[in-house]
Amino acid sequence: MHPAPSVIIFTTLSGLGFGLLVFLGLGFPAVSGWIAFVFFAIAYALAVGGLMASTFHLGHPERAWKAFTQWKTSWLSREGWCAVLALIFMGLYALGLVFLDQKWSLLGLIGALFSLATVFTTSMIYTQLKTIPRWNMNLTPVMFLSFSLAGGALLAGQTSVAIPLLLIAALVQILYWRKGDQAFASSGTDLGTATGLGARGSVRAFEPPHTGTNYLLREFVYVVGRKHAEKLRIISFVLAFVLPVLLLVLPFNHVFALLAVASHLAGVATSRWLFFAQAEHVVGLYYGKR
Amino acid sequence: MTQLPTSTERKMGLVIDLDTCVGCHACVISCKGWNTENYGAPLSDQDAYGANPSGTFLNRVHSYEVQPAEGHAQLIHFPKSCLHCEDAPCVTVCPTGASYKRVEDGIVLVNESDCIGCGLCAWSCPYGARELDQAEGVMKKCTLCVDRIYNENLPEVDRVPSCVRTCPAGARHFGDLGDPDSDVSKLVADRGGMDLMPEMGTKPVNKYLPPRPKDTVEDQIDILAPLLAPVAEEPKGFLGWLDKTLEKL
Ligand code: SF4
Ligand code: SF4
Ligand code: SF4
Repeated sequence: MHPAPSVIIFTTLSGLGFGLLVFLGLGFPAVSGWIAFVFFAIAYALAVGGLMASTFHLGHPERAWKAFTQWKTSWLSREGWCAVLALIFMGLYALGLVFLDQKWSLLGLIGALFSLATVFTTSMIYTQLKTIPRWNMNLTPVMFLSFSLAGGALLAGQTSVAIPLLLIAALVQILYWRKGDQAFASSGTDLGTATGLGARGSVRAFEPPHTGTNYLLREFVYVVGRKHAEKLRIISFVLAFVLPVLLLVLPFNHVFALLAVASHLAGVATSRWLFFAQAEHVVGLYYGKR
Repeated sequence: MTQLPTSTERKMGLVIDLDTCVGCHACVISCKGWNTENYGAPLSDQDAYGANPSGTFLNRVHSYEVQPAEGHAQLIHFPKSCLHCEDAPCVTVCPTGASYKRVEDGIVLVNESDCIGCGLCAWSCPYGARELDQAEGVMKKCTLCVDRIYNENLPEVDRVPSCVRTCPAGARHFGDLGDPDSDVSKLVADRGGMDLMPEMGTKPVNKYLPPRPKDTVEDQIDILAPLLAPVAEEPKGFLGWLDKTLEKL
């Protein structure tokens, strides 16, 4: 799949932002007044910034509101609803904390649940696609949720929870890569089933439909940079998990905490790049490609 | 609405004969010709006369080589357009309701004025049947020529999809695949019509007729062949000497 910057920015930032909102909604850290304002401002900047980025790749962003209509079947539509509801509930909750010195815990709890639901629905947009075996796995939502919670804990400064959550996310990441690498082969789809000719012999793409490229090849058959995947996996793993955990174990220091967040963010973004770049769509088979 | 109908009154679709298709791409051109000036936005091209031409097509013809365990390889031309799936994933993923499947005939369409061009439906289609038009920013797909098949302004013979009307080999057939007595259903039954990627669970309406087995060549087809046997197999004399000498070098 083409790793469009808009979707990488969106899933990385909003995952982190909604993760932070989960912790804030549950009252960790228990902030109020201007400190609360800063925390919520950061969370909203990440969450809303990510959502805005996701509209950049639309052909008609001005009609984006129509995406709220099909929540009965569409995960993308459900994501829109969850995001808006999470931002509304958390907004009211923040209002109480920042300006009225009131802690409306129920609002915070509901907001936290919708924040989690937003990350889950985002992950389901990818998970539901049978056409991309690497995404069509139970581990995909687990990965999105564990990343979001680990990043949220890190941003919320909850060191004691952040370390175990980072370790869990790291484990999920390894499992996801290992299972993902076999997903296409074990999906049972190949050029034989794609053409229905598999029973007659070995099928080979002989001539493509056109000499140039097309939307399908640009969008679904992205192979540039796949050869660096192993190296990028190591880089992303070290940045997202190893460094932040090390920095958190060291005696607390604001510079270290900031470095841990920055490193985690860069690592997750790299992992998301790989999530897209390494995902192979079955349509590539028709073109003799993966 | 992007909820799929539980059943459709008819299942209009295409039956594509892989045995007869000669790979001429006439259907590709006629599809683009008809659809660029009828239903919805035109099918745009980018850099059409430049070094990197690309454009939106609703129908494309691939070619595959099948090598059986024994015998000669077979070349198969393979036209591919939307299969108007019964369980169309492209419809249910659509957030705006722009993609829908019609109850009356099962045709899968995009209402372009609702489409936000998110591309998710193209991601969900296993067959590469949807292309986002780069000029218009909306999703394009085969309409089964919905603006021809019921069009009373056209002579009756033309009230079939453009690709079907054009195919010089008669490799594309159009009809109701929900009616077991229709010509297309009989053809599918006779020839063992098949689904593409059945494991995806999309239940395509369009069917493909597999190529018939190749004739086997009899041992001796030409009675004159024995008389044409090569005369001198081993060079003799000077040529023989030359051959051996060159061999040694
Ligand atoms: S072939 Fe693709 S675009 Fe057409 S109905 Fe099936 S899934 Fe949808
Ligand atoms: S590109 Fe258009 S038709 Fe396709 S899912 Fe998005 S809004 Fe629906
Ligand atoms: S039915 Fe019409 S739109 Fe579909 S492939 Fe044929 S010519 Fe193109």
